[in-house]
Amino acid sequence: MTEKTEQGLNGAGAPKDVRPIKLACRNVWKLFGSNAARFIRERDGKASMADVTAAGLVGAVRAVDLEIRQGEIFIIMGLSGSGKSTLVRCMSRLVEPTHGKVEFEGNDLLKISDAALIELRRHRMGMVFQNFALLPHLNVLENIAFPLSIQGQDRPTREARAREVIELVGLRGREHFYPRELSGGQQQRVGIARSLATKPEIWFLDEPFSALDPLIRREMQDELMRLQTMLHKTIVFITHDFDEAIRLADRIAIMKDGEVIQIGTPEELVVNPATDYVAEFTRDVDRAKVISARSLMRACDGSEHGGTVAPGAKIASFSAGIVAANKPFAVVNGTGKPIGEVTPQAVIDLLAGIDRSRAGA
Amino acid sequence: MTVTASASEARSRPIQIWLLIWAFALAAVLVVFLLQDRLPWAVNYPASAVVPIADWVSALMRWIKSNLSWLTRSITAVLGVPLDFALNLLAKNFKIGHGTDAYVLPRLSWVGVCAAAFLAGHAVGGRKLSLLVGGCFLYIALFGQWTSAMLTLALISIAVPFCIVTGLFAGIWAWRKPWAERLIVSPALDLMQTIPTFAYLIPMLLLFGNSPVSAMIATAIFATPPMVRATMLGLSRVPPEIDDFSEMAGCTARQKLWRVLLPSARSTLMIGVNQVIMLALNMVIIASMIGAGGLGYDVLLALRALKVGEAMEAGLAIVALAIALDRLSQAIAHKQAKGHVHREMRARFWWRYPNLTLAIAILVVTTLLGLFVPAFAAMPKAITFTTAPPWKAAVNWVTVNFFDTIEAFRVALILNVLNPLRAFCEGFPWLGAVFLLGLAGYQLSGLRLAVLVATLTAFCAVTGLWEKTMATVYLCGISAFIACLIGIPIGLMASRSDRFEKIVTPVIDTLQVLPSFCFIIPVVMLFRVGDVTAMIATVAFAVVPAIRYTNHGIRQVSPALIEAAKVSGCTPRQTFFRVQLPLALPEIMLGVNQTILMALAMIIICAMVGTRDLGQEVFIALSKADSGRGIVAGLAIAFIGIVADRLFSAWTAKARARLG
Repeated sequence: MTEKTEQGLNGAGAPKDVRPIKLACRNVWKLFGSNAARFIRERDGKASMADVTAAGLVGAVRAVDLEIRQGEIFIIMGLSGSGKSTLVRCMSRLVEPTHGKVEFEGNDLLKISDAALIELRRHRMGMVFQNFALLPHLNVLENIAFPLSIQGQDRPTREARAREVIELVGLRGREHFYPRELSGGQQQRVGIARSLATKPEIWFLDEPFSALDPLIRREMQDELMRLQTMLHKTIVFITHDFDEAIRLADRIAIMKDGEVIQIGTPEELVVNPATDYVAEFTRDVDRAKVISARSLMRACDGSEHGGTVAPGAKIASFSAGIVAANKPFAVVNGTGKPIGEVTPQAVIDLLAGIDRSRAGA
Repeated sequence: MTVTASASEARSRPIQIWLLIWAFALAAVLVVFLLQDRLPWAVNYPASAVVPIADWVSALMRWIKSNLSWLTRSITAVLGVPLDFALNLLAKNFKIGHGTDAYVLPRLSWVGVCAAAFLAGHAVGGRKLSLLVGGCFLYIALFGQWTSAMLTLALISIAVPFCIVTGLFAGIWAWRKPWAERLIVSPALDLMQTIPTFAYLIPMLLLFGNSPVSAMIATAIFATPPMVRATMLGLSRVPPEIDDFSEMAGCTARQKLWRVLLPSARSTLMIGVNQVIMLALNMVIIASMIGAGGLGYDVLLALRALKVGEAMEAGLAIVALAIALDRLSQAIAHKQAKGHVHREMRARFWWRYPNLTLAIAILVVTTLLGLFVPAFAAMPKAITFTTAPPWKAAVNWVTVNFFDTIEAFRVALILNVLNPLRAFCEGFPWLGAVFLLGLAGYQLSGLRLAVLVATLTAFCAVTGLWEKTMATVYLCGISAFIACLIGIPIGLMASRSDRFEKIVTPVIDTLQVLPSFCFIIPVVMLFRVGDVTAMIATVAFAVVPAIRYTNHGIRQVSPALIEAAKVSGCTPRQTFFRVQLPLALPEIMLGVNQTILMALAMIIICAMVGTRDLGQEVFIALSKADSGRGIVAGLAIAFIGIVADRLFSAWTAKARARLG
């Protein structure tokens, strides 16, 4: 069953991701405690949770391997204490990993000089923080222009650029306000604008919306999607909110106790959770909004079709139609050739939460 | 059930063991005390074994003086330039040329300075503050203390920036290099703050002579520590995300420090600045003894001549200056803490800074007017007041009418309380004290504290100052005890009634601002000189932290716990004694600790009113310019403070750890 689903996902429909790898973690470890570096070096980068604990160390990040492709929204999801914040800080080298490699466009980030790191952060990385981290003594314009002024740009240049991004995040008219005069949502818009001012290629967002109340959070998520359709950044987004992850992600990495336990698209996680822990998260998800026609598709058995859908279309987008028509819909690829069909019964089962394939297996 | 029983047993056993140990230790000390004819060396440190540290220090200072005079002279010359400028600008007038044909540029007009103070208050705190600050300056002018007060202000205005810059750099260094903080900065700060103010004056006098410059250097050294601490605290309190942000923005280490961390820490830094100003004021008053002049000198002269009224007048001028400076700098700190508010951007300087522009304009105009209208240059005698005669009359009246009562109280206190206590303390075997304090240190924290405490205590004996040390301990101890006896109940009452707190808070705020010198004046009037005067002045000075910390400690107990107590059916009394008081105890102990340290500082200043303790030792050394003697006595005083502080802190830390 598992194999079949994976084939269905990668072989039958989903195009293989050919975008270049922007950032990769290769067996990254971050251990806290004395002699942590020696501990992991002696074991050649392999150790179990029990080993780590027995040595009196705390494993904040353990054996993380992941690849982030250019232009994707990659979400690292985990509850507090799962190591997601430490991991993202390892990626930007705010925290020095104990072991492993962090590759930025194929170059080991851990080997570059301090000066090169500063250059990299100035021009190619941006970061947004949970509690905004705005400088209290600067107004909106100065806050946003700050990273540019650090680079030594002159005042007219940097203020012109700052005004551009202010326009982009919809803060015009607030240029001369100080952070404490703004609401949480507005402050985070400043944080976002500030991180975009330098035109970074990779954008780290560390729980950017967690400090906001739910309505504003939703608005900011939409805002982020809008920005991403314009800017096409490579985004590494940290959150503890699975709904947020599902809404925004191209791919999600789920972390627990410092380990990444599954990486996949929202659909893969929902359809095929690797562990009970992942299944626990996905249980309450609105499956119709996550699962696409491709996953429900079966081979055509010759019956008459009531309509056609694309393989990537979410069930929610055609469920009303297929139930009303009460006939299978053909799944057609880009050239209009049918590659399978989705039955009304399968859609109803999904909406009702009945899992026949699983029950049968 | 069994679990709780065994757990409580396990907890109580070590306590019983310690009881036993303490009983033995006390018995041993008692035996030493009783056998003092047989073991005289254990009670009184033998004079033949005194280590002549004082002589060594004196020799070192003499060497420095004779070999490094080029350095001290050049420092004096360099620092003298800005200082003279400030003195001339505010108090003395500029004289260009010599003799009769010298051309005199006037100092700033008093009218202008008052107006500037008024506007400064207006700029940072609105109308109420402007009236307070302007009023204080006007008061100083009207009561004829202008020149002295401006001398004092000039010294402060030069010393304070110096302290701020030095403190900032020292703080940054300590923050960057943890080893420097642990090994150099922290111990140095402890010493700088516990060595009595007088003891600073002696080496300064020796190296830089009897001049405003040496007063300024002493002030700078004394007033720097809070800036160092505020810098360290402020930097460590910057949110980690801001730190991360600066890294991600690609700041170099220098950009990060100066453009991100320090500006983010501004509100904490301003609190440090406020403390620096207040300490500088305090020290400038005391430094008047080595040539600073100003208000402190007026008080000193008047006290020496027993001119109570004049002393009181100058003292009140100090109070006015202190209040004005404190409220002004606090308002600035408060404004910083609240954060910035945007304003219309105006291009022109005078539109952006209307108060500053107006102040400068008024200063210039009134000062120029002073050239033609003498009333602007100096306060006309005709409109100044003097309150000296009524003060004198009041004191005389009290003395005539209540002399017997006051005298009876004084004598009874001396005969029945102070003298027996003093005899007990001075007769206490030094070896026993070293042993007992070491034991306490061991129980509270471990071997390191035990060794530290025992060594510092032994220093006092080994330098031959044991008797005077114990005299200091006795006077400081009883004053701190009385201060706690008064302060803690007041704090408790304040914590239970908002109305009472509203009355108490401004009073203790004011008490805390006053330079220590001022407390002596009214007490001397009534009780003349001696231990009783010293004790009362010390109690008044040291009572503040006892009140403040008690009140704060009780009030910070979380409301959830109090609600839990109420829901469990506690009566208000039970809630107070079973919940609030135990939880507030560590904080109250901290207050007691502060009270002891403040009492110690004050007792030393009280040497001016004739106590016979380490303070007197320093005072004598000062008058003889005997640096070795003064420094050693100063160190002994500092060590008393450090021992008390460390033991109390360890105790508080233990209590805190137990409460979790």
